[in-house]
Amino acid sequence: MIRLRDVTYFYPRATTPALADVTLEIPAGQFCAVIGANGAGKSTLCYTLAGFVPHFYRGKLSGGVEVAGVDVPASSLAKLAGHVGLVFANPFNQITGARFSVREEIAFGLENMGVPLDEMEARVEDILGFAGLRDLAERSPFALSGGQQQRLAIASVLVMRPPVIVLDEPTSQLDPIGSKEVFAVLRDLAATDAATVVLAEQKLEWVAVFADRVLVLHEGRIVADGLPGDVLASADLTQYGLQPTRYTQVARAAQAAGFRADRHDLPVTLEEAVEFFR
Amino acid sequence: MKDDGQRPTEARAPMPIVVEDVSFTYPSGTHALRGVSLRVSPGEAVAIVGENGAGKTTLVKHLNGLLKPGTGRVTIGDWDTREHTVAKMAARVGYVFQNPDDQIVERTVGDEVAFGPRRLGQPAAEQQANVAAALATVGLTEAAKTHPYDLTAPQRKLVTLASVLAMRTPIVIFDEPTMGQDARGVALIGDIVDRLKAEGRTVLTITHDIDFCAAHFGRAIVMADGQVLADGPAADVLTRADVLATTNVEPPQLVRLAQALRLKRAPLTVEEFVAEVVGSE
Repeated sequence: MIRLRDVTYFYPRATTPALADVTLEIPAGQFCAVIGANGAGKSTLCYTLAGFVPHFYRGKLSGGVEVAGVDVPASSLAKLAGHVGLVFANPFNQITGARFSVREEIAFGLENMGVPLDEMEARVEDILGFAGLRDLAERSPFALSGGQQQRLAIASVLVMRPPVIVLDEPTSQLDPIGSKEVFAVLRDLAATDAATVVLAEQKLEWVAVFADRVLVLHEGRIVADGLPGDVLASADLTQYGLQPTRYTQVARAAQAAGFRADRHDLPVTLEEAVEFFR
Repeated sequence: MKDDGQRPTEARAPMPIVVEDVSFTYPSGTHALRGVSLRVSPGEAVAIVGENGAGKTTLVKHLNGLLKPGTGRVTIGDWDTREHTVAKMAARVGYVFQNPDDQIVERTVGDEVAFGPRRLGQPAAEQQANVAAALATVGLTEAAKTHPYDLTAPQRKLVTLASVLAMRTPIVIFDEPTMGQDARGVALIGDIVDRLKAEGRTVLTITHDIDFCAAHFGRAIVMADGQVLADGPAADVLTRADVLATTNVEPPQLVRLAQALRLKRAPLTVEEFVAEVVGSE
């Protein structure tokens, strides 16, 4: 569960806020996608939920931030570690550099949490399989491809099973099916394990299919908030620097050419587009 | 006209890329390339797609000599990459790294973009003009005096892109250029690719963004497990869902829609798709 109340945040020396008047509640079990142009505040929102704002970045934060029952500004990064996990946009920032193999890297967080050895081994083994890293388990984290490092970064956070999971464009280097699989896993973590999942993303096709809810950020403010089908089909999307999926684009262009002019709900997913054009 | 190394800014020199039966194994024992052969003609626009760890980055690092083939041969025009330094190869092949932070060395954006042209020995006036033009192309003219690390990661990617554009090489290689870019950034990079093509330069890109690939690249190479699975016109290769699936790639959104609707053709653009659907009413 996440609760933000009137959150405004300035990075040190900044004259415009990176987040402005953000009020937001995300219940446990919800998979919420955050979209917006570069610079809209997506990463800052992720950092705020994980406590890096203000505890690492400093700057000026006002308003209330409560994550998994913890008052974030009044807490510390160490205290937040068991409550919220953050996957950084650049996997290189996630890798500790203190471990020699993928397996040890994934175990790192569990060691710090004092998880018993046999449980640790089982959880690491489990996540290696899910992340498609089992064949690479003994390799150095630095001898992985960009996409493999990104899988490792995601695995290192998910293995800790935090109740709140925040991911900042975690699939930017993943191959297409790999990206889709990450979305499916996040949806399952929300639906089955009641995790609260917040995902900053550019891949609107998979946001449309898997997310429960979509927030649009623009210049630090929430400018749209709703079901993927409503938000992603909205004509306003382009004014926030976002491009609708090709499915919405072709449906809108076909409508302009007189096809199904009576339809008000434009498709955002492949399935919906098939239904629209059939 | 032949590039003799003395005119490194000659962007139109015919410079075919020939990769002959190249295999490469990293010191860690990973067999990253297994007998790759391909030929890219001057002026072609080629996208390389395939799953993570397929060998895409390893392959393109062979084209500018950053990696030398274990067996086989790579030539750029009349240069065998084993016989030339990376610094020399840079006159013919510009390479934009996947991670901009692997590439950036200077303290200001302007110096960073000027780094390559300076190393290539471009005359000062030409250097200045190339740097200014490259910064303008990526929309970072205002940021010339900024420290690269005061920019966001997607902006740093544009800095590295500008650095390579300023070198005016006949061959330009992008490794995941749209990674982390928003819609506007993707459109900007698409325009840059189109412009390079119009100038007759050879453009290669690695990408996971299949819709970007479909929109800007005439030829697609599909890689898996260090080998080339398919190589041909993008309009053909990108419709082969079965081949793509074996390497974790799906056809572009419009192709999947056309296939689900059992259309006779699989259009790659919104305009073609609408013409196909509305035209068949």
